[in-house]
Amino acid sequence: MTLDLSPSTHRSLRRAWTISLTVAMAGIGLLMIFPIVWSVLTAFKPNAEAASASPTLFPQTWTLENFTAIWSAIPFAQLYGNTIIFAGSVMVLSLAFDTMAGYALARFDFRGKTAAFIAIIVMLMIPYQAVIIPLYDLVHSLGLGQTVAGMIVPRSANAFGVFFMRQFFLALPKNLEEAARIDGANEWRIFTRVMLPLTTPALLTLGLFHFQFNWNDLLWPLVMSNTIDGATLPAGLALFAGQHVVEYGLLMAGSVLALIPLILFFLLIQRTFVTGIATTGIK
Amino acid sequence: MRFGSVHTVAGRQARAAWMFLAPGLLLLTLFTAWPLVRTAYLSFTEYSLLTPPEWVGLENYRALLGDDQVTNAFQNTVLYAAVVTPVTIALALALAMALNARFFGRGIVRTAVFVPFVVSLAVVSIAFRFLLDPNYGLVTHWLSAVGLAPTQGALAQPGTAMAAVMAVGVWKNVGFYMVMFLAGLQSIPSDLYEAAQLDGASRLQKFRAVTLPLLSNQTMLVSILAAIASFQVFDQIKVMTNGGPAMSTETLVVLVNRVGISNLEFGYGSAVSVVLLLLILAFSLVQYLYFGRRQVRY
Repeated sequence: MTLDLSPSTHRSLRRAWTISLTVAMAGIGLLMIFPIVWSVLTAFKPNAEAASASPTLFPQTWTLENFTAIWSAIPFAQLYGNTIIFAGSVMVLSLAFDTMAGYALARFDFRGKTAAFIAIIVMLMIPYQAVIIPLYDLVHSLGLGQTVAGMIVPRSANAFGVFFMRQFFLALPKNLEEAARIDGANEWRIFTRVMLPLTTPALLTLGLFHFQFNWNDLLWPLVMSNTIDGATLPAGLALFAGQHVVEYGLLMAGSVLALIPLILFFLLIQRTFVTGIATTGIK
Repeated sequence: MRFGSVHTVAGRQARAAWMFLAPGLLLLTLFTAWPLVRTAYLSFTEYSLLTPPEWVGLENYRALLGDDQVTNAFQNTVLYAAVVTPVTIALALALAMALNARFFGRGIVRTAVFVPFVVSLAVVSIAFRFLLDPNYGLVTHWLSAVGLAPTQGALAQPGTAMAAVMAVGVWKNVGFYMVMFLAGLQSIPSDLYEAAQLDGASRLQKFRAVTLPLLSNQTMLVSILAAIASFQVFDQIKVMTNGGPAMSTETLVVLVNRVGISNLEFGYGSAVSVVLLLLILAFSLVQYLYFGRRQVRY
């Protein structure tokens, strides 16, 4: 670029570029959230308007009827409860086991450590979709078929989580635990009192990962529940959408109620979460 | 180390380490490694949950090779991955570069681009289906206003149905990879760009000589993750088209779910799962080797 531009032309070119970038990015931002915004607006439309041959973006009449009707149209409270129990339990259990295993792999020397770490890496690469048939079979033969526990237990440890926590513990300063060891504290005490308080940002990131993955998952709850009562929100709403194709407003009210907790959770810990993703990408 | 007590300390530590490791490792072995072994075994059997698995050798694989629905699902999966993976990566990189520049409202746009990754794809796919509904859909309505609307709706025709589920796939994941690229961009030292500037490099030259090589770590990780996610596509297809019309959007995971689980053909479904697994492993390995050779360290 050897164009000879006067400083003022240069400045106005720069300004034009910034303005067009701002406008273009605002457009992209709106496009990305458009389906969610549309869902929210449609949830407030009366059913006749939601399924109208000349649809509009904004409701002409605002109503709350969909938000009250959804609780009796499908077992929505039951679905909500299942989802909270499923995603919440998996998050808590998996955080506990992932953290402990990651801690062992990062801060101890013992025979078999390398083999155990390689095993974790190999399991990290196995997608659950590809082993879902024996998983389904196994859960049923353990007598846990058609139960929320049957959905939870296979998810209570996660190879990515172990790897993620190992990386985190490796980055902590060496000899943190030495002083406590010299004082004669036992290993469990060192883990809970010395190490765990340092892991909050990693636990928040991994916790949101686990929570959103399981809250949103469709295939596993769909496979593990024969009836809508045993399903989670995505599976239940998908099943309902498959049967009642025209109750748009109602389904959108259900969708919005299913999306809200996660969006709130994310907005609350956005900074930690995004930093967590960014650092996993670099290592 | 001559002192017996040191050995005891080391032994005590090894015991402690195994206590920390055991629960997670046992659960993963039982619910990830064992099902993998079992998938391989079941793929050589005929099994429907009611009777014990019956060994049939290579029968499932022989049947699979002549099965049009497997060929179809395989082709759809590869087509989906071949389009969605590069498009998602290119868009994520472009967005990361745009969102690394300074402009008003940057933080809000970053959040807006990332939000689709957080929300449930299955749930939002219901909205996508409605938006594309031939009679009531808002997007259909807008498209017909400019004369572009497919008469029976986008999801009723094979080509446009595939395009729609692909677009939703890109929409869902692009923000996640954007964040990874953004972190990479922010870690590139600015003096490299200044040096390139002094050498009279153009924007394009700076991108090719500085940005791309220094993002190779992120690009490798993003490519592998994006390809794996594409091969596993299920949610939006299940909700928007259920594999239709005429199986034109049925992918391998959708097929495993329909044949393997809904029809209780566990043996045959396992054989299809093995195909999916090999596809993913082969692809990850190729990408790893390709990028491994081109890795830049500084």
